[in-house]
Amino acid sequence: MTIPVNKSGDGTQDQAGPEPVRASNGGNANTEPFVRIENLSKQFDGVTVVDGVDLDISQGELFAILGGSGCGKTTLLRMLAGFETPSAGRILIDGIDMSGLAPYQRPVNMMVQSYAVFPHMTVENNVAYGLRKEGIDKARIGEQVAQILSLVQLSGYEKRKPHQLSGGQLQRVALARALVKKPKVLLLDEPLAALDKKLRQRTQFELMNIQHELGITFVVVTHDQEEAMNLATRIAVMDEGKFVQMGTPTHVYESPSNRFVADFFGTMNMFEGNVTAITNQYLLIDTVDIGVIKAPPTPGVHAGSKVWLAVRPEKIAISKEPISSEFTTSIKGVVTDLGYYGNRTIYRVATNTSNVIEISAQNQFRASVPTLDSSDEVFISWELTNSIVLKE
Amino acid sequence: MRQRSTFLFTTLAFGYAFLYLPIVILMVYSFNDSRIQSVWNGFSLRWYSALLNNAQVIDAALLSLQIALISATIATILGTLAGLSLTHMGRFKGRLLFTGLIAAPLIMPEVITGLSLLLVFVSTEQLIGWPESRGTLTIIFAHITFSMAFVAVIVQSRLSTVDKSLEEAAMDLGGRPFRVAIDVTLPLIAPAMVSGWLLAFTLSLDDLVIASFVSGPGSSTLPMVIFSKVKLGVAPDVNALATLVITLVGIGVVIAGFVMHRMEKSRRPHPQAIP
Repeated sequence: MTIPVNKSGDGTQDQAGPEPVRASNGGNANTEPFVRIENLSKQFDGVTVVDGVDLDISQGELFAILGGSGCGKTTLLRMLAGFETPSAGRILIDGIDMSGLAPYQRPVNMMVQSYAVFPHMTVENNVAYGLRKEGIDKARIGEQVAQILSLVQLSGYEKRKPHQLSGGQLQRVALARALVKKPKVLLLDEPLAALDKKLRQRTQFELMNIQHELGITFVVVTHDQEEAMNLATRIAVMDEGKFVQMGTPTHVYESPSNRFVADFFGTMNMFEGNVTAITNQYLLIDTVDIGVIKAPPTPGVHAGSKVWLAVRPEKIAISKEPISSEFTTSIKGVVTDLGYYGNRTIYRVATNTSNVIEISAQNQFRASVPTLDSSDEVFISWELTNSIVLKE
Repeated sequence: MRQRSTFLFTTLAFGYAFLYLPIVILMVYSFNDSRIQSVWNGFSLRWYSALLNNAQVIDAALLSLQIALISATIATILGTLAGLSLTHMGRFKGRLLFTGLIAAPLIMPEVITGLSLLLVFVSTEQLIGWPESRGTLTIIFAHITFSMAFVAVIVQSRLSTVDKSLEEAAMDLGGRPFRVAIDVTLPLIAPAMVSGWLLAFTLSLDDLVIASFVSGPGSSTLPMVIFSKVKLGVAPDVNALATLVITLVGIGVVIAGFVMHRMEKSRRPHPQAIP
């Protein structure tokens, strides 16, 4: 997959710019936005849940909307499906205005977190339900149902009732039921949240394969940032009804546009400080906790700006000897805690009484005893380019 | 521990004795070969044959069954529609009032319900000439009126437990609201409709007070006939009749319970996964 990455620092990362991302799957990539959301808002009893969202999604894209609970992501999805009427703004799908169209008139299908598989129907009848409402003849319904069931690996389960299925199988029935309608857009509300961890990871890949095979545009809503990063070609991070950042998974993870995104997406060490000097190679930031640190030049940051310096735990090296070079920061500290996860170890290192930095180190080599232990004196170091400067 | 279980068992035994002893006594005395209730004179089926030859009682029983079948069916339809609209109309002004109003007949004294229905029938007769005389039809109408409330309440409470996302999923898959109600909602509330129907049926079958108000000449229901017979002294064939009714109702309840249990079992949304 080749996705143009919106390089950080070009100033367009803050809001949803109408730059369609060309998706390579399905071979039907289109530069025209396939789904267009214009200034969409929704109020419930005077409370704004979705606040002026603009979004363009191209055909065949797997777009993820990520946010904590109550951020408005599900309401946004329900407006796409037609279950909520927008208070303002409009939705266009394939050039057609969806305003005033009921859910059963939209070329959109939705899969909800509870799966909502009809408990009184067999697997087969569940999947055939949508086709029957279209008035397709019986032979073709049977054909299409069999086809989609084999795609989701449920062949042989046709006559089962939902109460005879496991959670993962129910999820696949719900997916098949929505896919068999060949919707222009498939909406998935927390599609994997009800599955256990192993199954969730496997299903993620299955979902991606199916999406790739059918070329249907997917819009996934999730609170799980790993799921969003793994699944999506693009991610929008939502907070209080607004998109706070949108971009490819790499872009959002490596170049968060503000403290909310940085903190929400994975773990981030953040230090408050003031910019004291700017050269064309680096900024000097006088931080409250770890002294003067060099950071990469960032547009919009001037001498005297109040900023936050952010570093991901896995970008920090931990060692007993200081690493010194011109563009490396090396700070002395004491290990206060460590968590061993097998493949990696999380260290918490105190640099002074009030400040603790988290470091994630890959356990690359076999060892019979930990190389570092609690209350060891260590040096933590990272290169200049691994620092992110956040204005707010 | 032992002491306590003896105590529990005794209270339980007393409770059930209190509930069922009168019925058992009645059933036993229906086989009594004596005209006098309190004297046991040996086993006999004579009151059962006397009952079969009593055309008045048989006719009343058939009329009661007919009224109960018709009124329970119509009450179930109307009550289900009322329950559906109350849960599906969303929030509107006065919804709480309407919900309360539909349940009010449940606590209304039967005498008042009967009297008010009589007044309605009398005044409509004067105004539009209907009903020409009170009889079977007016009893059916009266029974629909009060038993519909029971059905509506039962259906409504069932509907509130139905996962709304199921209806939304059906709509999302292309079902128009009416089709969704037929395809998804009705099958899910069917157990409630069955119990609503059974309740309406029994209520109609044993109603004495309301029927007495709105019945006319030649339309005496079974409870009315029994009640008038008792006023003239208890005839043992009434015991036989009661035994038959209890047996029938008992069998009906057991079958209904069994069927509903099975329906529930296959309808549970997300039970244990099968490996």
